[in-house]
Amino acid sequence: MRYLVPAGFFLLLVVFFVGLRLNPSEVPSPLIGKPAPAFELPTLSDPEANFATGDMLGRPALLNVWATWCAGCRVEHEMLMQLSRAGDVPIFGLNYRDERGPALEWLQALGDPYKTVGYDPEGVASLDWGVYGAPETFLLAPDGTVVYKHLGPLDPGSWEEEFVPRIREMIASGGSPGR
Amino acid sequence: MRDRPILCLPGARRTAARTLAALLLGLMLPLAAMAIDESVAFEDPALQARYETLTNELRCLVCQNQTIADSNAELAQDLRRETRDMLASGASDSEIKAFMTERYGDFVLYKPPLKATTLLLWLAPALLLLGGVLVTVRVILGRASQGVDELAVEEAEAARGERT
Repeated sequence: MRYLVPAGFFLLLVVFFVGLRLNPSEVPSPLIGKPAPAFELPTLSDPEANFATGDMLGRPALLNVWATWCAGCRVEHEMLMQLSRAGDVPIFGLNYRDERGPALEWLQALGDPYKTVGYDPEGVASLDWGVYGAPETFLLAPDGTVVYKHLGPLDPGSWEEEFVPRIREMIASGGSPGR
Repeated sequence: MRDRPILCLPGARRTAARTLAALLLGLMLPLAAMAIDESVAFEDPALQARYETLTNELRCLVCQNQTIADSNAELAQDLRRETRDMLASGASDSEIKAFMTERYGDFVLYKPPLKATTLLLWLAPALLLLGGVLVTVRVILGRASQGVDELAVEEAEAARGERT
């Protein structure tokens, strides 16, 4: 009984120590483990062409939500370029609440890591994906299941820790690596 | 250069201008108090009431301590538009909440449902209160069992110590 109060305080300390270091802006996505929401958007480069959820199937793939107004997107762009050069996983883009002109200029100036970019100026498809900021990066299984969602800029650390093991696992369990 | 006033007003007219500026500022104050979402979404008062209730129960995920009714972030605008469209097409309140939860999780609701993952959240106030009551009771009982006599003796000793 006499240790109850110190034990209680210690427990509280542990709870605070863990809880206060969590980032409240990282809201876990309820989409994980569910099929990727369907969309059909015009592509950024060609308003006549379409980009749909089905285009990403067949191998593990990334869907990166970005915009030119988003500072974090500028930060992670070089990382995306490196991933694109490595070519292990195809990267698809979702241009979120942006304008076509500046977005195309951005890709021209900084390089284009994307296989295709969907153009979503009204944030309609993005709403279905639960996007609430940018950048956000989704990892998709070959069958279109949402495997993981990363919030904020991608960096080599988060890539190695969060993406690589999951992609390895997918490839080991039958999905072919995208080349 | 240094002494030149920022507002280049002739001295005689300065006070008048100040009064005018204060008046204008005063006129602008009600604007600040006005709701973000000032446009009336529905003609039908019943639908409008449901719209207002819903937008006041949904969280804007970009500006986390605001509801989508409070916020003018683009995401809040999108979610308001979605709420309006769904209401217009006859969706029920629970359908709209389910739609939001499917995409953004329980966090989007200011009043999350009671289930295994939110149990602690719901019980925390009661648990904290219970903890507080327990501690208080223990402290009071501890004082009581220590006895008045003992305290009196201690006090008397202390008093004696002070005198010598």
